[in-house]
Order: sequence, then C-alpha cells, then structure tokens
Amino acid sequence: MELASRVLQGDTIAAAKLISGIEDEVPSAREEMSYLYPHTGKAYVIGITGSPGAGKSTLTNNLIGFFRAQGMSVGVIAIDPTSAFTGGAILGDRVRMQHHSADKDVFIRSLATRGWVGGLAKATTGAIHVMDALGKDVILVETVGSGQIEIDITRAADTTLLVLTPAAGDAIQMMKAGILEAADIFVINKADKGGADLLKTDLEAMLAMRAQPANGWRPGIVLTEAIYDKGTEELGEEILRHREFLISSGELGRRQRERVKLELMETVEGFLKDFVHEVDKGDYLSRLIDDLTQGKTNPHAAALEIIRRLAKELSRLEDSGKAGRPKA
Amino acid sequence: MAQPRNKIKVLLAQFPLETHSRGIITVAGMLKDAGMEVVLIGNELPERIIDAAIQEDVDVVGISTYCGGELALADDLMKAAEEKGIKESTVFLLGGIFPPKNIPKLKEMGFDGTFLSTTKEEIVSCIEKAIASKRRR
Repeated sequence: MELASRVLQGDTIAAAKLISGIEDEVPSAREEMSYLYPHTGKAYVIGITGSPGAGKSTLTNNLIGFFRAQGMSVGVIAIDPTSAFTGGAILGDRVRMQHHSADKDVFIRSLATRGWVGGLAKATTGAIHVMDALGKDVILVETVGSGQIEIDITRAADTTLLVLTPAAGDAIQMMKAGILEAADIFVINKADKGGADLLKTDLEAMLAMRAQPANGWRPGIVLTEAIYDKGTEELGEEILRHREFLISSGELGRRQRERVKLELMETVEGFLKDFVHEVDKGDYLSRLIDDLTQGKTNPHAAALEIIRRLAKELSRLEDSGKAGRPKA
Repeated sequence: MAQPRNKIKVLLAQFPLETHSRGIITVAGMLKDAGMEVVLIGNELPERIIDAAIQEDVDVVGISTYCGGELALADDLMKAAEEKGIKESTVFLLGGIFPPKNIPKLKEMGFDGTFLSTTKEEIVSCIEKAIASKRRR
C-alpha cells in the first residue's frame, strides 16, 4: 500500500499516480483504494455543470480563489470528453485555472471521459476519494459540457451548480426534465450579455411553479461575469449557505448515504461486467449463444445460468481461501 | 477484465512570453487524433509546468517555442523536472522556431525530441519510441 500511505502523508506525486491507476483500472490501484477508503468522507464536494462554453472552467478558477481565501485547501477534477472516433482527448479546462498554479494547496487533475456517459469520467469517484484522503477540504468537480440529462454529478456532489448563459432558451427549456430539476444553485454567467434578466425571470417562474422539494431548499440564482471575476463572492456565499442547509437539515448525511449506496451498486455492476467479459473468453459463452440461436433457451434463463456460474466460482474461491477476483 | 488500453497523456505548454499559439493548437489536435490525451495549460513558468505535469501524471511534456530564449528556459524546466523527480520517467519535447545549432545542447539537457518542421507521424513515432525506452529503464 505504498501509494496510499504516501497519499495520507500529503504526497502529490503518489496521489497523481493513484488517480492514473484508477483511470487505467489497474488491480493494485483497487487495493490501494481499499486502504484509503476509511480516510475519506471528510471533503465537501461541489459539482459544476452546464453547456460547453458556459464558463464552467473560469467560474471554477474563481471559486478556487474564493475557497482559498476562506483558508480551505482545494482539489479540482476537470472532465473533458474523449473522442469516440480516435480515443484521444483535449483536456482544456486547466488552462483557465493556471492563476493558482503556484499554490501548493491547490491540486488540479484533468480526466477524459474514456467512453463513460453521464457527464463524468468513470474514475471520478475514485479521484474524489484520493483528493479527500490527500486532505483537500473542498473538491470542485467540473463536468464535461453537458445539457439536459447528464445528472450523474448531482449524485457525486454535495452541492451542484448549474451554469447557464443568456439567450440559450426560453421558459419551455426551463420546464424540461433533467439537470434543471436537480441543481442546488443556478448560475447565470455572462450576465453582461443581453437577456440575463429574462433568463432569471424564467428561472424564478419555473422554480415558483414546481412542487416544493421535499428537503425544503429553494435554489438560489446568482448572476456572474466569470471572466471579470464578478459575482464570485455572492456565488461562494450561496454555496456556503447551501452547505449550512445540508448540515442543519440532515440532508448532507442523506446525500452521502445515497452516494455510498450508488458506489456500492456500481462496484457490484462493474464486478459482474468484468466477470461477463471473462466468460466471453471461453467457449462457454458461445455454447450459450448457440442454444439461444437454436431456441433451446432464452436470454433470461441464460443470464441466470451465468450468475449461477459466478456464485459457484465465488464459493470455490472462498473454500480455497483465495481472495481476489473470480475467473470464469 | 475489461481493461482499457493505457492512454498516452501529454502536457503541452509555452513559456511565459510566447504569443503565437497556432503551432501548439495544431499539435494538440494532431496528438488527439493519434488517440492521446492532451492537457493544455497555455503560458507558464518552467517550474509551474513541471508542477502541472506531476498533478496530471503525464507521460510527455511538450513545449512550443517561437520567441527565443528557449535554451535558458528549457534548462530551468529540466532542472525543475530533476529536482521534483520526474525527469527520468517523463518524455520531453520541444518544437517551434529556434536556431538548429541549439539542438545538441537541448538533447544534452535531456530533451527526447526537438522539432523544427515535422509531420504528425514523426512526432507520434518519436513519442511512442521515447515512452517505450523510458519505461524499460
């Protein structure tokens, strides 16, 4: 557990290497993470989402400054899309955040989505854990530029900001399902551009119309001009107000519990997927497919058979006292 | 298990006074098209470039230079890399417009590739070969 113990001592190189291991799904990184896990759960995680070019990176840069001025150390995870055609990626968020490059208490890491959908990279949760264990007080997660249904961030973060810009849609857009329902704070960036007031009115109308959320939080709307660093204080204060709300209402614990549950279920699914890929390597799967094409079985029954095989494999591993991953 | 291919990750930067960015943006696009993950940080001091390379855990650091002074700044870059412990494990490239007579000095400092006018294929093959030889060490 060399990397994990170095991370706990605040070693940046080890943290960066461990995040790479999570991205590449290296088995040893999984073990290191088991060692780190008890040291996580302390950081306050803020998600920043919105359409491409809305100003997420610039706002993130401003928020780093805000939280540093509060005396908090900051981690940033900036996610950009992987090309579906070449597998390559341009990770261009960090270029907006270089104001803080000389600050040792700011750790910025760019991640490519590598085929993961939902607005995040698969390694996001792991990277949050590493930065948390590294001792970062606040972790800002900037999603890929996304529009409507990429709401994974609301499950990964304690507080989610949705960054909007004027002239990007009317009241009907505001009423649609998706991220608009899930945001905790609305940011209207580029507020100097015409139409910011109209957007604010539309948002207010939408918020007034919708059913009172069960937890009692009314999302705030903050106007910013990120490139001039205008509105940063107001936004930072609104974030802290939401954090206070999360703590005093008990919502924070509920969200964290939900997040742990989601991570557990995703781990189970990942485990099953890996197993299925292993099954694919032998001729076991092709025999099942033969049976399916000949109508001797059906997908439901065949899937259950694969699960039964996994259960048998797991109990065999337990009997032989061997920890580790099942082999098909 | 379903393990993705290890990606090559590259950090591209310019020293503080550079103004031309067409070259670095063109190369970034080339490397993206070659399936690499390219982190852009713009203009930055040598030591800050190394800090970013550490946080991003990149395999390659590429510098674009046009406005002169590259020998002094490249030397600072390499010293920072050595001091922070990533010189041996990282591939260093420098490209742009600079006197060809500086190439031997840059190689001596530890640059694995120096490009004055080069095709995408040459850059990609240089990166792949240099990474393979660094990983063997």
